Amino acid sequence: MKLAYYPGCTLKTTAKNFDSSTVAVAKVMGVELVEPSRWNCCGTVHALVKDDVMHYLAPIRNLVRVEEMNAEGTVEDKQVVTQCAMCYNTLKRANTVANADPEKMGKIRDIMEKEPEYSGSVDVVHFLEMLKKEGWEKVAGFVKKPLEGLKVVPYYGCLLLRPREFGIDDPDSPSIMEDLLRSLGAEIVDIPFKAKCCGAYHTVYSKEVTADLSHRILEQALEAGADIVSTACPLCQYNLGDRQKTIAEIFRDFEPIPVVYYTQLMALAFGLEEEATGLDQNYPDPRPVLEEKGLV
Amino acid sequence: MSTGKSGLYYTYGSENRLFKEKVEELSGENIDLCFQCGACSSGCPLTTEMDLLPSTVIRYAQLGIDEVLESKTIWLCSTCFNCEVRCPRGIDIANVMEALRQMVLRTKYDKVSLDDLTPEELRELPQVALVSTFRKLTA
Amino acid sequence: MDEKEFNMVTIYVMGKKHRVPDDLTIMKAMEYAGHQFRRGAGCRGGFCGACATIFRKKGSYKLQGALACQKIVEDGMYIAQIPFSPAEKKAYDMDELRPNANTFLEYYPEIARCLSCNTCTKACPQDIKVMDYVQAALRGDVEETAKLSFDCLSCGLCAVRCPAEIVPYNVGQLARRLYKKYVVGPTDHVLKRVEEVDAGTFDDGIDELKGLEKNPLQDRYEKREKRL
Repeated sequence: MKLAYYPGCTLKTTAKNFDSSTVAVAKVMGVELVEPSRWNCCGTVHALVKDDVMHYLAPIRNLVRVEEMNAEGTVEDKQVVTQCAMCYNTLKRANTVANADPEKMGKIRDIMEKEPEYSGSVDVVHFLEMLKKEGWEKVAGFVKKPLEGLKVVPYYGCLLLRPREFGIDDPDSPSIMEDLLRSLGAEIVDIPFKAKCCGAYHTVYSKEVTADLSHRILEQALEAGADIVSTACPLCQYNLGDRQKTIAEIFRDFEPIPVVYYTQLMALAFGLEEEATGLDQNYPDPRPVLEEKGLV
Repeated sequence: MSTGKSGLYYTYGSENRLFKEKVEELSGENIDLCFQCGACSSGCPLTTEMDLLPSTVIRYAQLGIDEVLESKTIWLCSTCFNCEVRCPRGIDIANVMEALRQMVLRTKYDKVSLDDLTPEELRELPQVALVSTFRKLTA
Repeated sequence: MDEKEFNMVTIYVMGKKHRVPDDLTIMKAMEYAGHQFRRGAGCRGGFCGACATIFRKKGSYKLQGALACQKIVEDGMYIAQIPFSPAEKKAYDMDELRPNANTFLEYYPEIARCLSCNTCTKACPQDIKVMDYVQAALRGDVEETAKLSFDCLSCGLCAVRCPAEIVPYNVGQLARRLYKKYVVGPTDHVLKRVEEVDAGTFDDGIDELKGLEKNPLQDRYEKREKRL
């Protein structure tokens, strides 16, 4: 099965391990993820003000690319799969507006001029939704090395579940990542802050705010006895993972805890090599904990 | 009556009707629905740093008090939509926050300056962080 | 010269109306009308980017960009020149740089503001896919950025129009430098020629030319081997 795949700029640069693990895991499951031949940054975050037109150009252009892929026959399926939760939210919301607001779509079309018209046929889907549709038993069927004894906190972040209309699961009690992790054989550690904001873009100019928020989330994980935290968004990964350097500076007695993308855990469970799992690119290094559990 | 950053808007008395209308127009939300239950504030992860609670910001907007544009709160919002999920009246408070931010940004005000970012930071930060920061906080 | 021999058109330079022959380039037409170029003219061959011009045609809202030395005049053109666009080219040491995405962000973080609006592409007189190469830089694709921006003359029209205040040609230049230095590497024929120069292969020939008088030298020049 071939599906159109939108990686987003971060997955091509600072989050290459997310991209490589996603493509590898999809391949094992018989899904070939095909990127459009040219795509642009989705221009996250979604434009919330009602009179905005400019900020729709970037996501709608990408949806046009997917329609072009359908028209050329490169990919037949009308879905586009994304991983980065922020790209997912931006593309999905832009798609909804494009379909619901013909007047705005008219303005967007005018400005885009030389682009083919967007007919609104594309369906924006998150990788986890795709996995759910395939079925958890099917995913479990590909597992060669179950993640036995690994206590994982499924961290959702914000944009995967909210706003309610666009979330992939119930924002009050989500279970999609738990289901996935269970199918890999891991043990779930539930924390109250599993869907609480990590501080998002405040990491750029008020990193203390992000450090504080991420610290609260990680403290809960540590207190609950977790070994590792799994994320679904490169910004959450950065704030919970790489920012631990800043957290350690502010909170002197902070113990580091590794943070990985859920696809990296999938790649590990599917028995894939280092090139696919990309575990060497994570900070803090998850390999000591994984080695301890006999998983690496 | 000071007009703070919304200097472009006409003021009379302590209620700035045009300000309130502009907020409703930009956000697309009917802020009169808010009955101050505080569910949004209790779910907001950033309240410890804020000067006004999210529900207070809505109250100010309802009363047309445009000084709310000078608060720290509107810039601390991380658009996590926790408030939207919790609101019993279906108001998207994050939308209102964005409308307030846009009203300030559209007066050629940059909350974050690219010039302040150090090369070390720029080398490390993921694209998504920079793209979203500039999207939300620069004019 | 009899005006009736030429087809004349009306153009407006900085708001002032002129009648000029219709087969001239903007630059020649402006000189025909009496303007003298002190800035905004260079090679006159479409290669240096000095003569960046913007114009509108009467009756159309569209703002278009062109090179004055290449674009032929049309009736009703409202013309203004942009001889200089303010843009800061960052100072960097090529030896210290690495060809990855964050290099672009470190020196030109404003590329993260790109709206994908395509205004830059529309302004470009060289038909370069400017938006595509800025997006390629944001993705860290040095090769794609270098290849797409190859024809860029740094005329500045894209930079003047960009709503996100990006200077695309600086990004393209950085990409081309990175591409050559770190991806392509040194070229054999250049290295070989440098070796030959150092070995003194051309010293005698150059001394001979230095000793010639003007006429024999001019003769030699005109009879030189031309390889196209």
